[in-house]
Amino acid sequence: MSENILEVRDLQASYGQVDVLRGVALEVKTGEVCVILGANGAGKTTTLRSICNMPIVSSTGTIKFAGEDISNTDTGGIVAQGMAHVPQGRGTFPELSTLENLQLGAYVRKDNEVDDDIDRWFQMFPVLKERKDQAAGSLSGGEQQMLAVSRALMSRPKLLLLDEPSLGLAPIIIEDLFATFKQINQDEGTTMLIVEQNANLALSIAQSAYVLETGSIALSGPAAQLRDDPAVQEAYLGA
Amino acid sequence: MTLFLQRIIDGLQNGAIYSVVAIPMVLIFKATTLINFAQGELAMIGAFFAFVFAVQAFSMNIILATILAMVIAALLGMGIERTMLRSFDPTDHLPVVLITLGVFYIVNAFAGDIWNYQAQANVPNLLYDLPLIGDWMQGRSSFFTSETNKLGLRIQHDSVGLVGALLIMLSALHVILNRTKMGLAFRGVSSNTEASRLVGIRVGRILSFGWGLACAFGALGAILVAPRITLQPNMMLTVLVYALAAAAFGGLDSVGGAALGGFVVGLLNSVILGYISDVDRLSSLTAAPLLFPVVLLLVVLWFKPTGLFGTKSVERV
Repeated sequence: MSENILEVRDLQASYGQVDVLRGVALEVKTGEVCVILGANGAGKTTTLRSICNMPIVSSTGTIKFAGEDISNTDTGGIVAQGMAHVPQGRGTFPELSTLENLQLGAYVRKDNEVDDDIDRWFQMFPVLKERKDQAAGSLSGGEQQMLAVSRALMSRPKLLLLDEPSLGLAPIIIEDLFATFKQINQDEGTTMLIVEQNANLALSIAQSAYVLETGSIALSGPAAQLRDDPAVQEAYLGA
Repeated sequence: MTLFLQRIIDGLQNGAIYSVVAIPMVLIFKATTLINFAQGELAMIGAFFAFVFAVQAFSMNIILATILAMVIAALLGMGIERTMLRSFDPTDHLPVVLITLGVFYIVNAFAGDIWNYQAQANVPNLLYDLPLIGDWMQGRSSFFTSETNKLGLRIQHDSVGLVGALLIMLSALHVILNRTKMGLAFRGVSSNTEASRLVGIRVGRILSFGWGLACAFGALGAILVAPRITLQPNMMLTVLVYALAAAAFGGLDSVGGAALGGFVVGLLNSVILGYISDVDRLSSLTAAPLLFPVVLLLVVLWFKPTGLFGTKSVERV
């Protein structure tokens, strides 16, 4: 496997007449946690959506995932190749039970270890086990985010995309969640690409980072370096 | 009292017919959140297929003819979804609903051209040929008979059979939707299309599956009710309106709700119209029997748009 699990080159995207991305390039190394920082409207969500070829946005550019060009692969095919995406707003199935959500997470898998994996995520998030027969829509925001992450991990992804996982959650829950991300990254070796407004927390678990400004990459480098960068501190860390 | 009981029985008998048509409609609504106005006509053409196989052309066993008609109806439904609907943005309901209206007229005219707008004679009754209960259905026990039995009531044997068939249909759908991977994917698409794509579900294929399933069960329903309401191209015209009211009453996305809704609509219709027709000055109202389901539809949509068992799209955030 190449060193970079994900390579994005010259990504342009637009919604109708509005250009959102103007030539984004980024690389994610296998095994690392990478974050994309940026203000509202900078194009963070669009970047993630373009990477896994979600509808509505039309994009051009090359995207290489685990050495293969996936620029023209449909979302289902990309998921089958080992990418999982937790979208903003979580992307759970509100009418289905917690257990069914996890079963659907393993939809592309054909092995018979699905139940073992469900048990594993139930151990990681015991509250989900308590709520396994409850409709996902009735879970609290934090529980839904845990479910969304477990749902994504059920496909045993090589790369996990997380779109603003902290959105709408209480600070203490956010800290727990990021600690869990770090643990999953270390234990499972799952590479993560996280889009986040909570820059401090995101940089604390990441190895590398990008700053997106009005549709293009303004800054990039190791997470520690960006954390010390005066421009980043002023704009995103509230220093 | 006997009259009252008879009206309840008549209502339930008709209700089973409405349920049988409302259930496939709900399946399509679950998959696509749109009303398929062609549902009744697609079911009607399915009943004609079975009629052709069993009577007009091949003298097939009616059970075999039914299965074959269900398969063809399923393929037809999948073909319509694939060729006419797939290319449209599914969230833009207007063109899609207009297309289903177009399909309604095309299928109706097509059937009218081939089979004329007259009731067919010798329509086979699927229930009579079923193993075990078929003999009993035909044997016309002294209690379930088209004549008045010793309680002074008319309870037609094939209505009892229809209710039984309805329960079997519901169980089959329950198993398909809740115990198979395809069914889980179907409910996933129904719940959140975007998330479905993100777990790798090919949404188009699932919509196809939904249309196929709905049309197969629609055909089965039409084959079951054809001996009661006559087999002819317009057989579903009024039934469709009642079924729509039934589906709305049950909540549009609840299969069980639609089944129950059918019975409720049948009951209310029979009892209320029955008594209105007893009042001389109001009896002309019964000349417009379709008034009732339309009014019920309006009342449900006005006061409880999600129906009895429908999903409210309210979530905790």
